[in-house]
Amino acid sequence: MNEERRRFIRAGAHALVTMPIAGAIAGAIGGCASAPAATTSAGYARLLILVELKGGNDGLNTLVPFTDPAYYRLRPKLGIARDAVVPLSDRCGLHPALQPLLALWKRQELAVLQGVGYPAPNLSHFRSIEIWDTASRSDQYLPTGWLTRTFAATPPPRDYAADGFVIGSYDLGPLDGGARAVTIADAARFGDRAPSTNALARAGTPALEHILRTESDIVRAAAQLRNNVTLATRFPEGAFGNAVRTACNAIARAKGVAVVRLTLNGYDTHADQAPTQARLHAELADGLVALVQGLTELRRWDDTLILTYAEFGRRPRENLSGGTDHGTASVHFALGGRVAGGLYGAEPGLARLSVDGNLAPAIDFRSVYATALERWWGLDSHGVLGGRFETLPIMRA
Amino acid sequence: MRCDWPLASASPHSPVFDPATMMRSPPFIRHFVEPLALLVLALASSLAQADATQRLDFDDARHLLVRTGFAPTVAQVRALEGRTREEAVDALLAQTRSDPIVPSPAWTTGATAPEDIPHPGMSADERKVLRQRERARIEELRGWWLAEMRATPSPLTERMTLFWHDHFATSEQKVGDARLMYAQNALFRREALGNFATLLHAVAKDPAMLIWLDGARNRRGAPNENFAREVMELFTLGEGHYAQSDVAQAARAFTGFGVDRATGQAVFRPRLHDDGVKTILGARGDFDMNGALDVLLARPETATFLVDKLWREFVSPQPDAGEVARIAGDFRASHYAIKVALRDLLLSDAFWGARNRGTLVKSPAELVVGTLRTLDVDPGDMRPIAAATARMGEVLFAPPNVRGWPGGDAWINSSTLLARQAFLARATRAMPDTFMAVSTRGGSPSASAEWQHLLLPLPAVSDAVTEAAAEREPAVVIRATMLDPVYQLK
Repeated sequence: MNEERRRFIRAGAHALVTMPIAGAIAGAIGGCASAPAATTSAGYARLLILVELKGGNDGLNTLVPFTDPAYYRLRPKLGIARDAVVPLSDRCGLHPALQPLLALWKRQELAVLQGVGYPAPNLSHFRSIEIWDTASRSDQYLPTGWLTRTFAATPPPRDYAADGFVIGSYDLGPLDGGARAVTIADAARFGDRAPSTNALARAGTPALEHILRTESDIVRAAAQLRNNVTLATRFPEGAFGNAVRTACNAIARAKGVAVVRLTLNGYDTHADQAPTQARLHAELADGLVALVQGLTELRRWDDTLILTYAEFGRRPRENLSGGTDHGTASVHFALGGRVAGGLYGAEPGLARLSVDGNLAPAIDFRSVYATALERWWGLDSHGVLGGRFETLPIMRA
Repeated sequence: MRCDWPLASASPHSPVFDPATMMRSPPFIRHFVEPLALLVLALASSLAQADATQRLDFDDARHLLVRTGFAPTVAQVRALEGRTREEAVDALLAQTRSDPIVPSPAWTTGATAPEDIPHPGMSADERKVLRQRERARIEELRGWWLAEMRATPSPLTERMTLFWHDHFATSEQKVGDARLMYAQNALFRREALGNFATLLHAVAKDPAMLIWLDGARNRRGAPNENFAREVMELFTLGEGHYAQSDVAQAARAFTGFGVDRATGQAVFRPRLHDDGVKTILGARGDFDMNGALDVLLARPETATFLVDKLWREFVSPQPDAGEVARIAGDFRASHYAIKVALRDLLLSDAFWGARNRGTLVKSPAELVVGTLRTLDVDPGDMRPIAAATARMGEVLFAPPNVRGWPGGDAWINSSTLLARQAFLARATRAMPDTFMAVSTRGGSPSASAEWQHLLLPLPAVSDAVTEAAAEREPAVVIRATMLDPVYQLK
């Protein structure tokens, strides 16, 4: 037995002991019933939730370096005054709209990752999110999402409703290219409306195969999403609140799912950033707090890891439209019952901007993925990420 | 009333068998000489363009109409049967309109009253009233456009208007003014099949676009790069064919434009324009907007990028690089006449080839409008139809971002497939009435195989279609055929 395999099983066994019963049983059944690779899949009893901040969130106004005079020089209009910031240390603090996250920070269940990015950054939304979704190098084009590759190497248990639920976006992101990803708009209605078409397997075009595969994924997930579960947790209004509600309902109804990907749209703040980012951050914070409550009610909080991500951060120097243009490295959050809260990475080097006026990365985004793969699921990350990336010490033992 | 087009042979849709190569062959020959036909096909494909004189059979005629419009009626397919490819394509391109036949909402014309323009002194209630009016207007506009798609005698115009809406993807969610969205839609329709260079220049100064990509905020001293980046990445060159410095320099050239909210017109303010020297893609000069756009239009990558995208819209998900290069050459030589590129694409062997049939997924608008057109149904109020396309992932006038809709296979995911089937189930519930309406006009097919020819690009895969065929009950047959997964394809 190789080293990676042993490590996975250790983590999987650990998960089995501590997971709530339902998830653990699902994991164990899947592990026994499947092909050899899948015997290690008990690790997927631990849930990963990805939250995409679509458009490219401004990291500097998410975690404000309020003691750095360079910050206020670069942000004469958009700079957030020191006394408005929610302090996390004597040097930096959260955007005021993120105040609801302070309770998690105090419980040390919120890790703040500073300067997440990658070398030779691309400033196109579409190319950069493709780099993030496929976990490629900046100059490399990969056809599949990083989670699709993960699940191809180590499939989640067969009785899971799906490999992943996608909520709030029609784009499959890291689950693109083959994962059993189910896009859900409404968990309750999904089950009711599933088709009864009985398609005969026949050779056809790739588009037809895609439709038939989607249909069979629907049928499988719908069988579980029909289970009726009522949650006491109150979810906020708005698109992101609805996505969080849908996520909690789907997680509650499913026998299992390895990944949930949520999307919060609108962070591309080229103009009038201040009110837009404040509104989005309030939606994000309220939604995350409700997500924590819902998962706690489901007794899943201790086996959930939530990670935020985005294609890039924004340019340190504000533009004349009261906004910021596309940038590079940014701040991201890791939340969970087992997360070791605190600040990670490095403060933004505002004195050492690139020729384009952008920030250098302190944490490679693939290190965040390696952390999820190795320290959360107990999988080897080398094959999926095409190289060895240092993991972050953001998980408690 | 039965129709008399050739009925299904053993493999009318065989993925390697081109019906066009054996049209006019007696059915028994089709049955028995398929291998021979394949050989002929192989020989024929070596004679470039010789196929322009091929005559269309029913499946070919349907293919052309579905791919260049929304789904046709039986009568429309019949009218094209027997023409050569070249005749059919040229007739199609000769008949395109550049204006709508359905009257647009009254508020789309004329000036806006001063009290209707948002201003800083407005009360919260006044703002709310304006917001509600805008919401109602944009819903009305969506319904109007779908009504035009359903009614137009020039469906290719609407398909190209949609194509340009997706290419220059602009969302009312940021523009916030339905009048400006209408004006942009009218521009896309006017140049739908006109000239791409003209269109690009007009789009760059289009008020909705100036708001959408912050051109109206881009001024000398601290340029806003939003439009400059997207015009290179998404509208002309494609990613990888420019550098960040080109974006920054072009952004300077684009400075100085704004939008007069009262008139809904773009305005140029010379004092906010940077008239200094810029270097864009190696070209040096004191470029203004027109100059910078001409630099982009002079690059060969622009024609290639556009033809590649048109190929994915009309031919197949996998462009043939050699053919794209040939057609892009013609497109460029024509100074971007859109019909030149389309004519080449529609006369290409790949367009007619059997292996490319059923390879494209219908967009939500194509699915719903096509269903209504094929059955010749007018629902009156089209706003519920707009809501249906929204559930399928296509909110007209509100693409997800500046890249437009991902399209292709990405139209189909578990949510959108459920929404598509729900629409088709609803649309076919009223089938007995609809069917009577169609059949009393004559020319309606009645047998299952005939409906499959009209509605599907490949043989049906669901056993419901087989079961329905045994019943020979038209409403059941149509419903089963439209609910077959193959109906999602074109």
